[in-house]
Amino acid sequence: MSEHSRTDRDDSGVSVPNPLRWIGVSALGLFAEVGRVARFSGGVIGAALSPPWYPGEVFRQIGRIGFYSLPVVGLSSIFIGAALALNIYTGGSRYGAEQFVPNIVVLGITRELGAVITGLMLAGRVSAGISAEIGAMRVTEQIDALKTLSASPERYLYAPRLIAALVTLPILVALSDIIGVMGGWLVSVQALGFDSTVYLRNTVDFVTWEDITAGLIKAVVFGAVIALMGCFHGDRSKAGATGVGRAATLSMVSAAVLVLALNYVMSTLFTEIGL
Amino acid sequence: MSAPLLELKDVIKSFGDNHVLRGVDIDVARGCSLVVLGGSGSGKSVMLKTALGLMTPDDGKIIFDGADVTFAGGREREEMRARIGMLFQSGALFDSLMVWENVAFRLIHSDGVKRAEAREKAIETLRKVHLGPSVADLRPAELSGGMQKRVALARAIITRPDLVFFDEPTTGLDPITADAINDLILDQVKALGAAAISITHDMASARKIADEIAMLHQGRIIWRGPASEIDRSGNDHVDQFVNGRAHGPIQPSL
Ligand SMILES: Nc1ncnc2c1ncn2[C@@H]1O[C@H](COP(=O)(O)OP(=O)(O)OP(=O)(O)O)[C@@H](O)[C@H]1O
Ligand SMILES: [Mg+2]
Repeated sequence: MSEHSRTDRDDSGVSVPNPLRWIGVSALGLFAEVGRVARFSGGVIGAALSPPWYPGEVFRQIGRIGFYSLPVVGLSSIFIGAALALNIYTGGSRYGAEQFVPNIVVLGITRELGAVITGLMLAGRVSAGISAEIGAMRVTEQIDALKTLSASPERYLYAPRLIAALVTLPILVALSDIIGVMGGWLVSVQALGFDSTVYLRNTVDFVTWEDITAGLIKAVVFGAVIALMGCFHGDRSKAGATGVGRAATLSMVSAAVLVLALNYVMSTLFTEIGL
Repeated sequence: MSAPLLELKDVIKSFGDNHVLRGVDIDVARGCSLVVLGGSGSGKSVMLKTALGLMTPDDGKIIFDGADVTFAGGREREEMRARIGMLFQSGALFDSLMVWENVAFRLIHSDGVKRAEAREKAIETLRKVHLGPSVADLRPAELSGGMQKRVALARAIITRPDLVFFDEPTTGLDPITADAINDLILDQVKALGAAAISITHDMASARKIADEIAMLHQGRIIWRGPASEIDRSGNDHVDQFVNGRAHGPIQPSL
């Protein structure tokens, strides 16, 4: 925003800050940015929905986005599940409600944390990775070269990444749900004196398909956000190593913020419609 | 001379206050090899990118095979590009793909050629740029700069396009390989009847491959004529450039 002046000169020639002007300029900038993201996303979604497709590219991206994210998603989920169980135990014991640990853990993981943790980890690992790669291709003229070879970057680069993210995120979130619940179970049985069988039966009896579906719907939306933010910022990358680095940072930050914001919006919506 | 295959009419392109092209008029016909000279930073690469539609001109027209393609999009643009080969100054090879996949990219992805067949064709084309089959399975990053340039050249000509742009085809090559590339460019034009626009600072190469030579200076084509007249152009700017003199009408804009 630094190119927009934050001060206006009055008649005496003295610089005075003008917050209204600054707010106006920022708001216009934000609207323009949202417009650009929407236009870009529309193009990529259109390419993903119509032939020609590049199945080879899609599978390659599924491997890169999905398979190599397994360790990071697994590790973060087990720790979150374990910490969640401990906190619920501490809180619950104040009301003598410790026995609800399995119920709250599985609810929290399936509806919120599985998807949010996976979304956030992939905003870092995948979104930044995509935008650094695309940014490097942009600044070394590989994107231009693609166009001259009659392959549109939307189809050959961006749509495969979007499709791969849409397919893999729900699978990763499902795994994160299972591993997160296991983290809670492990700490409850090992440290909090729960009976293993009872804990697991309570978990399975309590969780509903609605809880799981809610998390998986979020996963699909987060998948789109992560892939599109990565491609968008990479595509706009400015020349040089700093330009590419900046694109990676921007895509990570914007994907993470969008994941958290959209998570809240969707949680509200699901409560409204009773999902 | 037949009708031009590509025509740029009064093309203007600026980046902010940097007025790069200030009204470029140029055309090239089938079977004609045009060499464009010009100082570093004079806008030669920008001119080629504008002609291809990778950059949109601020003003002016681009006519390809009789049709105005200045703002062409979608299918029309793709059909145009399918008939043009471009060698980028930087090579612009896809570093995630192997050398032969780079060379055969258009065959595999646009023309629907089977991979085995495309590979054969790629190796055959690599041989034309003096590269052996052993490089086919390497990644571009494993090649020297001059080898990358030749792979990029092979990628540009594999489908025998009607029009080829060569952005500094011989830069970074030893004189023997450079001359082989000159022959290859001539072959594209004379044997296959393509039109070619080459950018070069290498006067030996220019003299060998050019039917016509044009000079881009301060955003305009200031001289154009048959290659045989390059030493009798009567233009001080061209003389200074051709003879490589630091002093003369062309001064670095500092
Ligand atoms: N994408 C771009 N954005 C902004 N300015 C650009 C861009 N591409 C080129 N320019 C500017 O346009 C001018 C001409 O660049 P160009 O690459 O066409 O030069 P050139 O004649 O090919 O030089 P060289 O012989 O060194 O390759 C330069 O001043 C450059 O800074
Ligand atoms: Mg150049």
